[in-house]
Amino acid sequence: MDFELIYHRFSERSILVEWPSEITENTLKDVLIFKNHLLNSGIKSIVQINNAYNSILIIYDLTIDKINDEISTLKASYSIRVSTNKCAFRHWRIPVCYDDEFGLDLDEISEEKKLSKSEIIRLHSDTIYTVFFIGFLPGFLYLGGLDKRLHFPRKESPRVNIKKGAVAIGGEQTGVYPKASPGGWNIIGNSPLEFFNPKNYTPCFASSGDKIQFFPIDKTEYDAIVSQIENGTYFIERKVIDG
Amino acid sequence: MVEVLKTGLFDTIQDLGRFGHQEFGVPVSGVMDAYSATLANSILANDTQCAVIESTVSGPQLKFCVDTRICISGANMNATLNTNAIKPNMSIDVKAGDVLSFGQLVYGCRTYIAVLGGFLTKPIMGSRSMYDGVTSNFRLHKGDWLPISDVLGYRSVEERSNAKSLSSVKINTNHFQTYDIEVFKGPEFVQLDAEQQRFLFDSEFTISKESNRMAYQCNERLDNSLNSIITSLVLPGTVQLTPSGELIILMRDCQITGGYPRVLQLSENSVNMMSQKFLGQKLKFKFSSW
Repeated sequence: MDFELIYHRFSERSILVEWPSEITENTLKDVLIFKNHLLNSGIKSIVQINNAYNSILIIYDLTIDKINDEISTLKASYSIRVSTNKCAFRHWRIPVCYDDEFGLDLDEISEEKKLSKSEIIRLHSDTIYTVFFIGFLPGFLYLGGLDKRLHFPRKESPRVNIKKGAVAIGGEQTGVYPKASPGGWNIIGNSPLEFFNPKNYTPCFASSGDKIQFFPIDKTEYDAIVSQIENGTYFIERKVIDG
Repeated sequence: MVEVLKTGLFDTIQDLGRFGHQEFGVPVSGVMDAYSATLANSILANDTQCAVIESTVSGPQLKFCVDTRICISGANMNATLNTNAIKPNMSIDVKAGDVLSFGQLVYGCRTYIAVLGGFLTKPIMGSRSMYDGVTSNFRLHKGDWLPISDVLGYRSVEERSNAKSLSSVKINTNHFQTYDIEVFKGPEFVQLDAEQQRFLFDSEFTISKESNRMAYQCNERLDNSLNSIITSLVLPGTVQLTPSGELIILMRDCQITGGYPRVLQLSENSVNMMSQKFLGQKLKFKFSSW
């Protein structure tokens, strides 16, 4: 299916392409197909393409001279786009300790939402989330799919320091803080995994289009995983899925 | 090696930025004023990718442990070598043991210190630009040792001894004094009504104290009821409008995505010029079309 795309000149060296304003997996799939198609199409002047929910930003090496020609080229590419390498997405299983020590806002959510803590944990870890893109902080995954029953507004005044690995709910979204940071989301647990390590060849294990599922662990398992990560003996559970 | 004897207000190592890792949410970073940093490197016949020190408002004190050449560009902070004043924008010979210091700020906001062959700190993800969470340090500290090339003529001294080393390059003062910041309309500009658009065309804006490598803000507010957008893409130079009316001008350390309407986009050279402005300075947006 073809979407109605809008092409804007964004800066001297970039063009923004926008899909209709909605957050859906179909849109994401098309965004990634077009992005990968352009990256593989050998247009030498394109140096980088960034994507979000329903947009891509195409960055060129030099000031764009003839914008209409460039946009025509993009439109032509869109019409013949093909999903090249049968997009191999991955499904990651992410351990989370939801103990009170970490789940600072579980009591509040439980009270406001009239859900028991174990119910919140079940709803949060039953869902398979989609990674739309990574932004806000290096390694911060924008995840789609949070159960409506867990939607909970951001805090009026943000916390000054949220712990690395904090698993949190902000409005209709859920995510994991890849490093200590100020933030206004409600904290329900903590994952011992490293979501961003600049020393690794691939600094973040997940990428746009992948799936994420959380699974509850207790504090003993949490500590064990922390030491396995330190020793380099922990491997995140994953399987490859077709896009 | 170069020893950091004292730091200025905020000193970092920067090159032209960290490209190709934005899919992991890593900002591009890099020198705020690419024009001045590139000038300093080219006066030394360095590669434009060579890492420099970027110092904001006040400069550091550095001791050189090898013979080399340096060039200072960007903001003028009355640089001295030992106790002798040195000119900006020219190649200066430095002997082992010499101490580079800075005094009062004369003009601009950010100064660049380039050395022959660049600062050779460890590149992380293809760049030496300091950024919290990517590089182990995100600013220079007193007592840091910065590696530099100790082979003065790694491309032969003669090749570098050209006229440039005797005279200072004349720079365009407009770069530091300009009041007009060139902008293009951003993707959400059309959502503003005529009066709001006129506000952006006609008003004078003042740089607020909430200004750093990530973004500059203005004191003046633009009342609006624009809806947030679905989180989309931004670049250095993108001007976002918040629901409370703040204009946020994104700079080099900005994130890759944002959810506020993007009302303006600075031209690339205006990002450089903006980087030389500081708290309390005034500016006006000068609209250009493609």
